[in-house]
Amino acid sequence: MSEMLGTEIAHAAGFIANETPRIVTARFDYEDSFTLERYEITGGYQALRKALQQAPEDVHKEVTNATLLGRGGAGFPAGVKWGFCPPGVWPRYLVVNGDESEPGTYKDRLLMELDPHQLIEGCLIACYAVGLSQCFLYVRGEMAVAQERIARALNDAYEAGYIGRNILGSHFSVDIVLHWGAGAYVVGEETALIESLEGNRGMPRLKPPYFPASIGLYGQPTIVNNVETLSNLPWIIDNGADAFTNIGTETSPGTRMVAVSGHVKRPGVYEIVNGTTTFRDLLYGQDMCGGIRDDNQLKAFVPGGGSAPWFTPDQLDLPFEASQVGPQGSMLGSGAIMVMDETTDIPAAALTLTKFYAHESCGKCVPCREGGTWLEQILRRVVDGRGSRRDLDLLIEVGETICPGDFPHAAVPSKGIEAKPFPYKMTTICFVGPSAFAPIHSALTLFREEFEAKVAGNDDRVLIEVPVNV
Amino acid sequence: MSDSVPNEVSVNINGAEVRAKAGEMLIAAADRAGVHIPRFCYHERMSSVGMCRMCLVDVDTGRGPMLQPSCMVPVAEGMSVDTQSEDTKRAQEGILEFLLVNHPLDCPVCDKGGECPLQDQTMAYGPGESRFVEEKRHYEKPIPISDLVHLDRERCILCDRCTRFADEIAGDPLIHFTERGNSTQVLTFPDEPFSSYFSGNTVQICPVGALTAAPYRFKARPWDLDQVESTCTTCSMGCRTAVQSSRNELVRYLGVDIESVNHGWLCDKGRFNFEATNSEERLTVPLIRDPNDERQLLGSDWGSALANAAEAILDAGSDGIGIIGGSRLTNEDAYAWSKLARSIIRTDNLDAQLGDGLPAELVHSLPPATIADACEADTVLVVGPDLKEELAILHLRLRGAATKGHTKVVEINAAPSGCEPYVERAIRCGSGEAAKYLGEILNSDDDLATRLREGSVVAVVGRSSMAESDHSSIAVAALIRDELPHATFLTALRRGNVRGALDMGLAPGVLPGRTAIDNPSSALDDIWGYTPSMKGLDTTGMLQAAAEGKIRTLVLLGADPLSDFPDRNLAAEAIQRAETVISLDNFLTASSAQADIILPTTAYGEQGGTTTNLEGRISRLTQKITPPGSVRDDWMIATELAWRLGGDLNLTSKEQIWREIEQVAPSHAGVTVERIMSEEAREGILVQESSVEYIFPSVQEPPIADGYGLRLISGRKLWDASTTTSMSPSLRPLAEAPVLKVHPTDLQRLGILSGSDVRVISTRSTENLKAVADESLERGTALLPFNQPGFGANRFIDATAAVNDIRIETL
Repeated sequence: MSEMLGTEIAHAAGFIANETPRIVTARFDYEDSFTLERYEITGGYQALRKALQQAPEDVHKEVTNATLLGRGGAGFPAGVKWGFCPPGVWPRYLVVNGDESEPGTYKDRLLMELDPHQLIEGCLIACYAVGLSQCFLYVRGEMAVAQERIARALNDAYEAGYIGRNILGSHFSVDIVLHWGAGAYVVGEETALIESLEGNRGMPRLKPPYFPASIGLYGQPTIVNNVETLSNLPWIIDNGADAFTNIGTETSPGTRMVAVSGHVKRPGVYEIVNGTTTFRDLLYGQDMCGGIRDDNQLKAFVPGGGSAPWFTPDQLDLPFEASQVGPQGSMLGSGAIMVMDETTDIPAAALTLTKFYAHESCGKCVPCREGGTWLEQILRRVVDGRGSRRDLDLLIEVGETICPGDFPHAAVPSKGIEAKPFPYKMTTICFVGPSAFAPIHSALTLFREEFEAKVAGNDDRVLIEVPVNV
Repeated sequence: MSDSVPNEVSVNINGAEVRAKAGEMLIAAADRAGVHIPRFCYHERMSSVGMCRMCLVDVDTGRGPMLQPSCMVPVAEGMSVDTQSEDTKRAQEGILEFLLVNHPLDCPVCDKGGECPLQDQTMAYGPGESRFVEEKRHYEKPIPISDLVHLDRERCILCDRCTRFADEIAGDPLIHFTERGNSTQVLTFPDEPFSSYFSGNTVQICPVGALTAAPYRFKARPWDLDQVESTCTTCSMGCRTAVQSSRNELVRYLGVDIESVNHGWLCDKGRFNFEATNSEERLTVPLIRDPNDERQLLGSDWGSALANAAEAILDAGSDGIGIIGGSRLTNEDAYAWSKLARSIIRTDNLDAQLGDGLPAELVHSLPPATIADACEADTVLVVGPDLKEELAILHLRLRGAATKGHTKVVEINAAPSGCEPYVERAIRCGSGEAAKYLGEILNSDDDLATRLREGSVVAVVGRSSMAESDHSSIAVAALIRDELPHATFLTALRRGNVRGALDMGLAPGVLPGRTAIDNPSSALDDIWGYTPSMKGLDTTGMLQAAAEGKIRTLVLLGADPLSDFPDRNLAAEAIQRAETVISLDNFLTASSAQADIILPTTAYGEQGGTTTNLEGRISRLTQKITPPGSVRDDWMIATELAWRLGGDLNLTSKEQIWREIEQVAPSHAGVTVERIMSEEAREGILVQESSVEYIFPSVQEPPIADGYGLRLISGRKLWDASTTTSMSPSLRPLAEAPVLKVHPTDLQRLGILSGSDVRVISTRSTENLKAVADESLERGTALLPFNQPGFGANRFIDATAAVNDIRIETL
């Protein structure tokens, strides 16, 4: 792998630099960004040295003051999460969630491929701050380059004395273990990831306990943090919480990485200012996506990963700020924006997403296992032109068993539809079940006419596909 | 709620205040309050998994009602629950519709149809109609996952009950989920069948017809079944069962959940051996040996058979008779025979055990423990048989307590046992030397010594190996009694009602009610009129006397000494030499086939009465079917013989017998027929009093094996050549052929290849057997199961020796 150049990989995966401050992608322009040498030249591991001179509580406080929101999807403040560790219980573990698999999301992959040392330094700072004795780096099974580069970075860092016993001559010791996933989407859910790490089937654990911080890996207190979250730590310690909160807004400080895919001129990963950058800035800004492909009209976009309810051009001026996106009926999630222009077949797009979630159901709880596949079957029928108008109601009714009550959706002023704020209720153990319904609900609420066109002329008798050779 | 009781909270369920234990799951609190919440995956004896989502109810903890799985939500003070809200009902309808989406609805041909939780709850809570029109999931149906259990993955609703049972309760995690999402299915691992001793429980707890049991498949529909509650007598655990029949044929046993014994579980042997009762091989008429042809047995009538038997008994005289067996009998039958032997025949030569147990006085005099005591003790000390093989449900209870951290199990054994996965320590001792090893530990600075001396201890003591005399078990009991006076005991005697038979006096030297022969109660004296004053012979003594011609008539009460007595040579000689052998049995066994008079008796399911488990817990047996042919209860045969011997037992029914027992047996005073017929008796009525004292003999250490010899260790397997197993067609194939296990170094030293046939030589016999290397054994020992099809280790054993050694040679 070493003969591959960092920038080539970056370009292949689509990182695009822009004018905004660069916190986690600062080294992405170097061809050897992933090497220890480059990392050290560019100020690497200085934050660790600085942290080790402070009391762990002070490092923890710095991170709490920075209001660093988790970048995995839920957006929970990292400093607060760390505080959930019950006092006096050891050992405690850090688990790095590098199982990035939400459709449309590929930012963590770049962080792992292009700047693994930044992640490792982040892990070390977190371990020092919370008193975590061992760190497990769980990297998605399909990300071969990331795995190799992290493995090499770990070896180099061990050799240089950044990891292991008595790090940099201090009394602080920690081991970091690299673990490869086996390719299950649900393992991105933190309790399923812990199960997988323990060698069990990747199935979510039941809540309560709600946070692995109290009972996690091997029954011990465990902090599970996202790759991007941890990658922010060196900068925060280097520059201070104040510098971090000066970027972005008070409730969503710093920058965040977003991955844009679909019908824009320049799809790719961007580091944007949190809280102030709007979707319009991102999709139409000349230093960013540069507008819709072929200058077509924007039809809809998914603002926060495949499981997020969809937005339409009416929501373009919303900023990347959870407190504003939630009331408008969606979430920022994992920072993946999927863009659909006017040529998009909306029911087919919804089917693509629903199919993914139905396929990735772990099979543990009934609504997700049975409901997800059934939704896919009904929607496929509609998309294939074999459905009926009755099926359109059925899709919603089946979905309501997974998510009882009103499912969040965006406002459509032209149709007099008001927004239903996030979140939803669910009968499932985790969010995979609702995720199968989310695209269907959004598509049907925002673009019902497209579905009606698909079933026009069919009567309510269902035309089922009869398997051959029955 | 200011009137708070510690550890109790108040919850509002459907408008009514319910007191619940803090930490208890909501669904359990609702159950006790009489509010049924539908469920599939929840099982009160296993951990909650919250998978089926059927038990979602509206729970309000102050933040407004939210649908929560009631099997996962611990009750909390002030919680308000609505199990009938609109949201709850919609969720229940939705979940049921989902569950039925891929369920084949082949109820008309499904064993479970009619007693199916999915069916029942669909009727009660379901939407009434499905909107699913697609093709359902398809799998090959059904596939056998073991010799006894079939799996239909189309019917499966993936509730995790069977897989959880296998992992959590049985400790045999041989079935698991594979694949994911819509393709999730339960399966075994490749080339590894679900060969658990407890597999039948998964069939019972399956909430659909996905798991079916081979012995019951297509035998009956639930609405044809007639059921009584009874107690299993396969071993001495006394598990509570539901006995079900259809058209006067036993078709199924189910485990009944009682707290004190089996928690609803049964071992597969106890669950499926009803086939033996139904067997075509059952004896249905009396048989007598043809006077003209010794090899022939002739069908007879009861009159002639009993007359012949009475004549043989009279001829032999009090000293010339020996009565062996009786642990298959109910308490009432045992009492009748005890009374017949002592008051009419006037002999004390009677013994329910076959030289494979412990002296009755020892059993009666040890401070008693219950199973529950064991499960809560700081330490359970097991010095006895492999509990997994011989008392499988006791193994399950101890495993449960140990894995939950309620107790620590320490085992001292000469060979590895099935309990090793959960014991805190397995101490390997030489055969017959357990007391020596225990003594060394107690006198060391081992932490275990401190814990044993200072904490609560329940000792499970029994015969570790049939190839060592009972002296080693007696030495262990003596040591524990002396060194750990606070310890209580569970005697690991395995035969069905052995404890009850001993309580009824079917042992030399003890009378009904756990009294010594020289200390009869005045009521017993009055009613019996006569009791022998001298202690008689035990089974070994009787067989020796018979072999020497001193005992002329042997009565076998359901006993098969040729298969079950540790010394087959002695048993064979005795049966050969005895002038008359009278056998009361269900089948022609190795021994009864050689008897002169064979009286057919009722089998399990055909008799009422009571039985007593190893704790001394008396519970009721219920007759379910009418017996075949002209077979009779054992007590009736005793009364008939009494008349023919010129006496009268004055026993007229099982109920009347129990009234007499209650009168004459001091330990059983107060255990009235009324109590036995009451609800209380479901848990069993524990009897722990005893006035018997045991004088411990001085025990010598066993001799050291010579350099050529291998010390023989022999225990029973669950699947062996015992009558009920070999007479049950589904179970018979499970008993493996016997192999001799030897440490590989010993085999190597003798130049023997593992898996080859060897010549096995003991002082008793020389036989050819297959020898297999087993590294888990100690060097210098050889392990041979006691009674496998075609071969019993008792061919090699000298019952009078403290230990037995064998030599092996290449052929």
